[in-house]
Amino acid sequence: MGLVLLFVIWLITLASTYFFVAKTWWFPHGASAATAAMDQQFTVTFIIMGVIFVAAQLTLGYFVWKYRDQHAATRSEYSHGNLKLEILWTSLTAILFVGLNLIGSPIWAAERFRPAVEDATRVEVTGMQFAWYFRYPGPDGKFGIARPELEDASAGGEGALGLDPKDPASKDDIVTGTMEVPVNREVEVILRAHDVIHSFFIPQMRFKQDAVPGLAIHMHFTPTETGSYEIACAELCGLGHYKMHGILNVVSQNEFDQWLAAREAEKQ
Amino acid sequence: MVAQESHQHAAPQGFVRKYVFSLDHKVIGLQYYFLALTAVFVGMFLSLLMRIHLIWPTAILPLLGEIKPETYLSLVTMHGTIMVFFVLTTAPQGGFGNYFLPIQIGAPDMAFPVLNMLSFWTTFVAYVVMLAAFFVVGGAPLHGWTGYAPLSALQSAGPGEGLGADLWITSIALFCVASLMGALNFITTTLDMRARGMSLMRMPLTCWSWFITAILGLLAFGVLLSAGILLLMDRNLGTSFFLPLGTINGQLTGHKGGSPLLWQHLFWFFGHPEVYIAILPGMGVASQVLSTFSRKPIFGYKAMVYAMLAIGFLGFMVWGHHMFMSGMSPYTAFAFSIMTMAIGVPSAIKTFNWLGTLYRGRIRFQSPMLYAIGFVSLFVSGGLSGPFLAQPALDIPLHDTAFVPGHFHLIMGVAAIFGIFAATHYWFPKMFGRMMNENMARAHFFLTLIGTYCVFMPMHYLGLAGQPRRYSQLTELAYLHPLVGLNTFMTYAAIVTVAAQFIFLINLFWSMFKGEKASDNPWEATTLEWTTATPPPHDNFGGHTPVVHHGPYEYSVPGAPHDYVMQTDPATVAAH
Repeated sequence: MGLVLLFVIWLITLASTYFFVAKTWWFPHGASAATAAMDQQFTVTFIIMGVIFVAAQLTLGYFVWKYRDQHAATRSEYSHGNLKLEILWTSLTAILFVGLNLIGSPIWAAERFRPAVEDATRVEVTGMQFAWYFRYPGPDGKFGIARPELEDASAGGEGALGLDPKDPASKDDIVTGTMEVPVNREVEVILRAHDVIHSFFIPQMRFKQDAVPGLAIHMHFTPTETGSYEIACAELCGLGHYKMHGILNVVSQNEFDQWLAAREAEKQ
Repeated sequence: MVAQESHQHAAPQGFVRKYVFSLDHKVIGLQYYFLALTAVFVGMFLSLLMRIHLIWPTAILPLLGEIKPETYLSLVTMHGTIMVFFVLTTAPQGGFGNYFLPIQIGAPDMAFPVLNMLSFWTTFVAYVVMLAAFFVVGGAPLHGWTGYAPLSALQSAGPGEGLGADLWITSIALFCVASLMGALNFITTTLDMRARGMSLMRMPLTCWSWFITAILGLLAFGVLLSAGILLLMDRNLGTSFFLPLGTINGQLTGHKGGSPLLWQHLFWFFGHPEVYIAILPGMGVASQVLSTFSRKPIFGYKAMVYAMLAIGFLGFMVWGHHMFMSGMSPYTAFAFSIMTMAIGVPSAIKTFNWLGTLYRGRIRFQSPMLYAIGFVSLFVSGGLSGPFLAQPALDIPLHDTAFVPGHFHLIMGVAAIFGIFAATHYWFPKMFGRMMNENMARAHFFLTLIGTYCVFMPMHYLGLAGQPRRYSQLTELAYLHPLVGLNTFMTYAAIVTVAAQFIFLINLFWSMFKGEKASDNPWEATTLEWTTATPPPHDNFGGHTPVVHHGPYEYSVPGAPHDYVMQTDPATVAAH
């Protein structure tokens, strides 16, 4: 029985580890400025936890086999423990875990502690059951007032967001169903939700943030590669949660300017 | 200890007083256990339907027809709720804790037998109310076991958010009341009812785990109860605790000024200690069983006690790690993150000590030991994905992906269930006077260990690849399509694992009537339950009160006649 247990525990351990190391299923290719640091911190954490995982499981399997009852005349070792060992592994684990936490902290700080830079592309992202809407402030650089009582999802676009036509700032606002941003320039997203909590998740940007009714949450990320990326909803929002998706198009500054000009022209 | 005499009550006469509205902690323990047994099969069946729907979204199932996306979310909600409350909280604490805490500390019953009975029957009503949610118009709620507002607070947020959601909240509120009664009883019993010589530091680690779990329950369930009542008021009385100005389906909700994040804070202030409520008794049982079947004293008894106390204490300071992406202040993430990493330290201490207990032992591979070894393996696997999620920077890609259910299923789901299996096989001879069948137990153990790893380890891979949790179908996002193959493998693994649970069920009932007769101490264990008759008499020790002379794990004492010294054995043990 000891040998069977050893075999099963080792097999589970090695099989589980193989798929991590071979990266058979792994993070999608990252295309944002945050990718490098985040993936690096993941790798460091993964190596440390992986070594502990393999060592602990292999030891467990080995001990179970090695110390199986062989009906020998001798008894188990009579020991209530070892204080020195307890202190040793407590301090080692504490240093390791807290240290790991500290080296990862600057990444979080860079993502979340500072506001977006002045010349960032500003996009307001609004989640509602079960769609994402994107709003650009237009030539005046100001988002107009939106009023919940004016929301009309069936109207789409400006109507869905409830833009107040009486506010001059809202006149030139552009509302779209796909998100378009220029590459290599920071994007400031202002996250809102109308009804329930949604979560704005772009795996390839390594970006995620809940959109909460009643809050306007300011976040930023910097796409570094042009392309088309899928946006998912990551917070359970109702029966259509699984199909609440959108598209982020990252394009050159030129293409972005042209795209924006074309949208503005449509409004006239 | 002085309080024992006043708690004696005469053995009841008649079926109803003896088996239904019983005051006997042993009967109540079994009532809790069998309630949890039905709940775990319901919960497991729901998860099987989820796995089937994920892979074959348009399949027409016999009797149930096609599962719709909203039905899938009802399954998600009810699976989580039933498993967390009516299985993982109920069986280890209400079931085994009730049955064995008084016996292991040498008491004739719990401190408050009537409260104990009320606690069980309130849990029972809560369970019926929970199941009723399936059968009302709109069905069971779709807001997940975490019930985030506003989804859970608005009647028109989706199917199931009408009467189903009200029943769901009412059930949880009732469960909280029952758990508070139970917690008071456990704490009082532990502090006040111990036999002579049973100092706190001579208690079996199981008793420590039930005691600490009860303290966590006392502090956590009150908060959830309050939050549940506030949520009911938001839903039905027009208050706005969790509801800001907003719309639903384009209509104004009529609420304003509330905070959806307030619900999350209240919920997780309960929710995080709750995961320790689920796992601590498993740690206690694993320690008890590893020591018994290694024929060695537990390695570092005091370290084990302090580690559990530390886990309980720190467990109340980490709730914000569920909310890194919620929009709360990013500065608080530092504090929650460092506390969460810190809680890994006592967890690691426990693992080291379990390995230390095996080291140079003489391991007997009877069924309880298999499950305890499985528990350690699962605890390690599930625990080590914690430090990823504890770092807010890594939580950005991983939060709300399949990585999270992978993590918590291995540790508070499967590891905790292995604790329940270990306890079941370990105490079955004392509860029913017969032995469980070892061959069936072995088959069940290996199938379940391998099966659950095949279901839950791949969830980590899916999480890395970005598969969000609580998606009823993988059809809509193109980047999820390559993950269908792995998901299909998991579904097949789940079907096999579910089938294997019937081996356990058959073993349980077959052994109850046909199993080999058990002696009073079949495992040659040392704690007080093994000193009394099988099954124990109404007052547990047949009219006398045991006197305790030793700690709980005196195995292989040099010079002793046997390789174990009972806690009641007056012979001295060489100083150590």
